[in-house]
Amino acid sequence: MIITTAHYLVLAAVLFSLAVAGIFINRKNVILLLMCIELMLLAVNFNFIAFSRMWNDTLGQVFVFFILTVAAAEAAIGLAILVVLFRNTRSINVEELDRLKG
Amino acid sequence: MENIYIAIVLAPLIAAALAGLFGHKIGRAGAHWVTILGVGVSLVLSLFVFWKLVYDGGEPFNGTVYSWAAMGRISFEVGFLVDRLTVLMMCVVTFVSLCVHVYTIGYMHDDDGYQRFFSYISLFTFAMLMLVMSNNFLQLFFGWEAVGVVSYLLIGFWYKRPTAIFANLKAFLVNRVGDFGFLLGIAALAMATGTLDYAATFSDADRLSHLSIEIIGGHPWSLLTFACICLFVGAMGKSAQMPLHVWLPDSMEGPTPISALIHAATMVTAGIFMVARMSPLFELSQTALAVVITIGAITAFLTGLLGIVQQDIKRVIAYSTLSQLGYMTVALGASAYAAGIFHLMTHAFFKALLFLAAGSVIIAMHHEQDIRKMGGLRKHLPITYWTSVIGTLALIGFPGFAGFFSKDALIEAVHASTTPGHTLAYWSVLLGVFVTSLYSFRLLFVVFHGKERMDHHTKEHLHETPWVVTGPLIALAIPSVVIGWLTIGPVLFGDYFEHAIFTLAAQNPLHEMEEEFHGPLQFVLHGFTGPAVYLALLGAGVAYWLYVLRTDIPARLLITLAPLNRVLQNKYYFDWFNENVLARGSRGLGGLLWKVGDQTLIDGGMVNGSARLVGIVSVVARGLQSGYLYHYAFAMIVGLAAFVGWLVLR
Repeated sequence: MIITTAHYLVLAAVLFSLAVAGIFINRKNVILLLMCIELMLLAVNFNFIAFSRMWNDTLGQVFVFFILTVAAAEAAIGLAILVVLFRNTRSINVEELDRLKG
Repeated sequence: MENIYIAIVLAPLIAAALAGLFGHKIGRAGAHWVTILGVGVSLVLSLFVFWKLVYDGGEPFNGTVYSWAAMGRISFEVGFLVDRLTVLMMCVVTFVSLCVHVYTIGYMHDDDGYQRFFSYISLFTFAMLMLVMSNNFLQLFFGWEAVGVVSYLLIGFWYKRPTAIFANLKAFLVNRVGDFGFLLGIAALAMATGTLDYAATFSDADRLSHLSIEIIGGHPWSLLTFACICLFVGAMGKSAQMPLHVWLPDSMEGPTPISALIHAATMVTAGIFMVARMSPLFELSQTALAVVITIGAITAFLTGLLGIVQQDIKRVIAYSTLSQLGYMTVALGASAYAAGIFHLMTHAFFKALLFLAAGSVIIAMHHEQDIRKMGGLRKHLPITYWTSVIGTLALIGFPGFAGFFSKDALIEAVHASTTPGHTLAYWSVLLGVFVTSLYSFRLLFVVFHGKERMDHHTKEHLHETPWVVTGPLIALAIPSVVIGWLTIGPVLFGDYFEHAIFTLAAQNPLHEMEEEFHGPLQFVLHGFTGPAVYLALLGAGVAYWLYVLRTDIPARLLITLAPLNRVLQNKYYFDWFNENVLARGSRGLGGLLWKVGDQTLIDGGMVNGSARLVGIVSVVARGLQSGYLYHYAFAMIVGLAAFVGWLVLR
């Protein structure tokens, strides 16, 4: 079986959907939310690499490095916020985080 | 000369400011001296200007003194037009005003508002002079409104009386109706000519008479006729012509000197003066003249009848004033402007005299105005009595007195007029002579003759009033006798008004009479060939019979003619109509608009309704705001999917 770009794209889409579903379905843990976001970014990276291979253009792979860097920074910030949040509310339960309610 | 004109206008204004603003510092005597000095200066200078203009061959002055503002084509200026018409008005105004100033010292002797009163009447003199000396419509309107304001202030001078407040509000509102027309007239002229200046407007009159204006689409109207009728509506308000006359009888709530100065001699004649001043415009519109003569005729006759049934000494004279103003208006409508102005002048003297004499009676009677409580005052007030007799004879047009010349000439002029409606006007002024004579002599006989009907206390204190009261009476009685002899020749039949008043030769009724005029004595004799003199004498005779010989008849007549009496007592139901239909109607309309338009539609529907709509929408929208991040993320994804789906599938 020859692995084509389409397979990569399907894989990325499946990953992305899993991440989205994770965000929607998860009602307990904020850390899981962060992990889902990371997963979404990885799905995007897959797309970049797939297209980069398809067009023989390394620019996409360069971009992936940037995204990985940003994702690392974002994860650090996200975890920092999470720590502060826990200190304030003594909880990381998503169900209780509804202060935006109108 | 320009400085003299400015001084004539400003002297009373400065005096008014001094008496009004520094009244407490200069005291009562200071207030009356400074205002009398101010008006005196105006009188002397006016007489000087009169002499200069009439006997010294001076040219009429027409010039701008001060430019206030310019907006596009139209400039707002303060300017004077001093010709023979103006100078006549100036002399009459300042002379009567001076007499009233002196008289006021006696009449307002015990009043707390002494300084305020002097300030007001001086201010009035200023405003009236601005009105008559103006050379443009803006200044005319300024003077017009300024005399209206002073009239308002003075009718309500005793501001603690509810009736006075009612009367001055009424005067103000009724005048507003007239002023609305006046302003429309000025605006129509300004629109067509692009100027507010008299001379420029008059020289444009021919062109104006060919223009037309569409007030209601598809019905073109002569612009000149429209403007003239609008201006005349203003004159109807100020000069109290039917149906805008209702304020004048009520204005008698003011102190008597005011009734003499403002509501008899000068201010109410402003409308007459204005129409005469606008003669180059009115003369070209037969329709406008017909309106003028008809309104004047109705006013002259009907208001005279009301004078017969009044019991208040001042109201009888007030209705007489209305009737005489109607006479003047008839003269204007008959194109006999000179006769109108001539009657205005003689009327100013004898009517001021009658009012001041009535005031003298009121002082002597301790502010009792009901003529049923007077009687037999002849012995107690000899000077007042004889001056009243002179005033009455002048008013009814007794041969030789001032009123005879003006009224007889006026009636003749109406007879010879060609204006549509002059037949009605002729009969109404002719019968008006009888009515005038009847109510005038009724007043004279009831007040001064017959039994003394006042109470014991008043009777003990009856004595002739002080010289400051009788002096002006005598000063006014003299012109009431002689002014007709002296001025009829030049004013009416000479070339006195040659440049000031414009009359088309074809419709000038005075022109015909001019050929028959050979001096005042012959005019008096000629008067005996007409019916007017006999009607006046008949009226006097009937009054003598009813109110001196057979005093029981009037009471019986009241029973016999009860329906007529009821109509007259209710003043033809004008007040009833105004209060119940116009006032109540507009209050009802206002209430309707307030409840339905304002409260329900605007407040309820638009203001509160839109707020309520926002509230409802936000209640729904708030349900979406769960505060859970995953709900928002879900909404984003669904929205994105929908958007992308739309992009792909469209």
